[in-house]
Amino acid sequence: MSAMTLDPLSDPILERRQKIQEIAQASVGRRKAYSKIFIVVCWVFLALAVVPLIAVIVYTFAKGIAAWTPDFFTQVTKPEGIPNGGVWNAIVGTFVIGLIATLVTVPLGLLVGLGLAQFEGKLAGVVRFAADVMTGVPSILIGIFGYIALVTRFGYSGLAGAFAIGLIMLPIMIRAGETAIRGVPPQLQEAGIALGARKFIVTRRVVLPAALPGIITGSLLAVARGIGETAPLLLTIFGTQFFNSNPTKPMEALPLVIYNYSSQPYSDLVQIAWGAALLLMMAVLVLNIGSRVLAGFLQRERQ
Amino acid sequence: MSVVGIPQQDGGSRRGRTSPRFSLPDGWYRVLLVASAAVFAALVIWFLVAIAIKAQPAFSTLGFSWIVQKTWNPNLQQFGLLPFILGTLETTAIAMFLAVPIGLGAAIALAYLVPHRVRLVLGTAVELLAAVPSVVYGLWGVVALAPLFRQYVEPFLSSAFGWTGLFNGPNLGVGLILAGTILFIMVLPTMVAVSRDVLATVPTEQVEGALAVGATRGQVLRKVVIPGARTGLLGAFTLATGRALGETVAVALVIGNSNYIAHSLKSPAATLPSLLINNFGEASGTELSALFGAGLVLLVIGLTVNSIARILVRRAEGSELGSASVLVP
Amino acid sequence: MTEQLISTTAEVIEDDVDLRQGTIAPRSGTQTPVMRLDDVSVAFGGRLAVKNVSFDVYAHEVTSLIGPSGSGKTTLLRALNRMHDTVRSAEVFGTVLLGDTDIYARSMDPTLLRTRVGMVFQRPNPFPGMSIYENAVAGLRFNGVRKKALLDEAAESSLVAAALWDSVRDRLKNHASSLSGGEQQRLCIARALAVEPEVLLMDEPTSALDPMATLRIEELITELKDRVTIVIVTHNMQQARRVSDQCAFLLMDDDRAGKLIEFGPTEKLFTDAKDPRTLDYVNGLFG
Repeated sequence: MSAMTLDPLSDPILERRQKIQEIAQASVGRRKAYSKIFIVVCWVFLALAVVPLIAVIVYTFAKGIAAWTPDFFTQVTKPEGIPNGGVWNAIVGTFVIGLIATLVTVPLGLLVGLGLAQFEGKLAGVVRFAADVMTGVPSILIGIFGYIALVTRFGYSGLAGAFAIGLIMLPIMIRAGETAIRGVPPQLQEAGIALGARKFIVTRRVVLPAALPGIITGSLLAVARGIGETAPLLLTIFGTQFFNSNPTKPMEALPLVIYNYSSQPYSDLVQIAWGAALLLMMAVLVLNIGSRVLAGFLQRERQ
Repeated sequence: MSVVGIPQQDGGSRRGRTSPRFSLPDGWYRVLLVASAAVFAALVIWFLVAIAIKAQPAFSTLGFSWIVQKTWNPNLQQFGLLPFILGTLETTAIAMFLAVPIGLGAAIALAYLVPHRVRLVLGTAVELLAAVPSVVYGLWGVVALAPLFRQYVEPFLSSAFGWTGLFNGPNLGVGLILAGTILFIMVLPTMVAVSRDVLATVPTEQVEGALAVGATRGQVLRKVVIPGARTGLLGAFTLATGRALGETVAVALVIGNSNYIAHSLKSPAATLPSLLINNFGEASGTELSALFGAGLVLLVIGLTVNSIARILVRRAEGSELGSASVLVP
Repeated sequence: MTEQLISTTAEVIEDDVDLRQGTIAPRSGTQTPVMRLDDVSVAFGGRLAVKNVSFDVYAHEVTSLIGPSGSGKTTLLRALNRMHDTVRSAEVFGTVLLGDTDIYARSMDPTLLRTRVGMVFQRPNPFPGMSIYENAVAGLRFNGVRKKALLDEAAESSLVAAALWDSVRDRLKNHASSLSGGEQQRLCIARALAVEPEVLLMDEPTSALDPMATLRIEELITELKDRVTIVIVTHNMQQARRVSDQCAFLLMDDDRAGKLIEFGPTEKLFTDAKDPRTLDYVNGLFG
């Protein structure tokens, strides 16, 4: 019996090995060709993806830089036909709206995030679901809500804009806060709790400092997302050609300038739209890059 | 306001610890967190209820059928939403038709094919591009891309694919196809960045396991890496779909804003968000209520896509590594 | 039949010892080298990780690579099925013969080589989203096998060989992730066996498993010998002693590259090593 298994001609394993190797040999050319094609297609798709994105950036830079004159930064928006218009009022509007939204959203989002990370229960489930809903909701609907909640009562105002922008930032902030806090090694908290410290003290002294890089990154990303939103502002701050730093009145903002001027037939207004687009893009990129650099720096500082 | 009340287990802790400037007992701390959570939950509920209430008059005057009627003409008190629902679905379909293969291919290249150094630079660049505000894409679309579409792309599509009947009519530049293309470019960075992250989480062991039984590189990518990441990829696709469905300004700038059902991909059209943004300022009475109704429809579509995403992700999660977290960029 | 084969192999082990002392092998085919390593070195980014290793791997034997961590065992093992091809900075020098062919020759296709020289990894790595059956035949499908009969035959044969058939035959359509860690590793062995390789490389195959599952795999290795030639990396000296016929001891050199210190029949290496460093290592004095 043992002799039979050792006989190469009747050994089913050797037979199968030969069969498989023949098939593999016969198909290897075809398989490698398919593999090459697949990989080439991936490269082509990468190129197809990168080209339009580079085009957007380069185009915005080229057109936007040309619009960056002293007037652009110091003058307010002016109607078509009147020269030397700028976006000073829009810069101030975006800054004020962004600031108010951030001041309210960051602490509130952080507290909700803390709650999600530290307590489980029905409310946590509801809040998590609500945050999911809000991340998936089209931003224009948030604008409509801002309109219903504030504009119909108090009229168009920077505050209504900040409310809408804040609602867009809030779920981002909550998720970022929860993730950052959950990332803190549990031993750190347990050590504090074991010493008998109150949860609040442990949180303030141990958890929040440890989670700080994540919280800062999350906040900056939320701000970057918030200030670029256009649709909610269109429904809440209305836009105005006058300088106004009072958030209870209608305000101008950079995304609005871009939107309103982009389809104008007047080339000087379109030019201002490009300038505003470049400015807004730079602000968003600086916030994004800044959050990475800062997070990396804080991380290194810790070690 | 240092020690408001001494909970049971706190007794020993005051020893040997510097007293903090500000402290809350566990009970109050909990109240603070619960209150914040309640504020947020209340805002979300208010949001959902407010839109529903404002849309209610449209439903009580017009019933339910107006949602699928074909004509939007406020002067005749006709508020059919069908053109806008179709426009929303069509632009999103065009965007995803382009974004799924190109985004997936680019993500594979970025995660597995590109040399290491280039990978880092390109990867970061893609992540940054995901943050560029959509209105910038809209501006670029209407100023730079629309003329190109009118002069080159649309004539080409008409001559090459005219037989399909999808590209009839004049070349206007703006229209469904340009809106879909802009949406595609806009969702692409998110799509690529998330897909790349997900693909990169496929364990090296599995890649090597496939190589070790004689798989080619292409086979490893198609049969092991993509299936291994399918959960998260699905998340990336639905995330991008949700964005495309809800995008307002970029679409409003390039779609041509026509209230009629498009008969060609080159036709001007409108989406639910572009309808809202274009008519909200001047609307009143039933029209305003109908617009809120349009918002409600958009909300339902958006939430449905989101729920489908979550169900799919959960189902896929049951068997393999969960990538639900990638749904939040 | 299996028992009979095991007893035969056990005798062969004894005979091998004699052979190295100059006597002739009693069973034909036992002492044929399947793989020959001649002056093999591996470098990453210009730095040598393994240098100048030469030894033969004999048919239907288990050859173990032992040595402290950093001695280049795994690096050397991965040179035997060209896994280093996937790492840009890696270079392999010297000659590795499989039969009469140089596996690094231009004419040798790495994917075809890997169907002849299979590999099992440290951690079980079944393919996600594939059923037990699909995992078992994955290698065959990669290699262009489409005939259902051949797939079924290979799946059953390899699962039987991996001692998994009885427990999974009724749930072949289930996800591979439903198996325990030890079962997953046996599935990975089945997956490697299904393409009927001539040589099976095992890279610390039990390092992620509990003692019982480890024991099971060790028994399996001994049973598999008549089907395939095995080269196994292990950090567990007792395991090397239990399962292997030949043993190669590697050690990190002064320039931090792994070097072959001694190669020979396992029992000899463990009881009567030529090199004092081998003695120290097998006696647990370092590493």
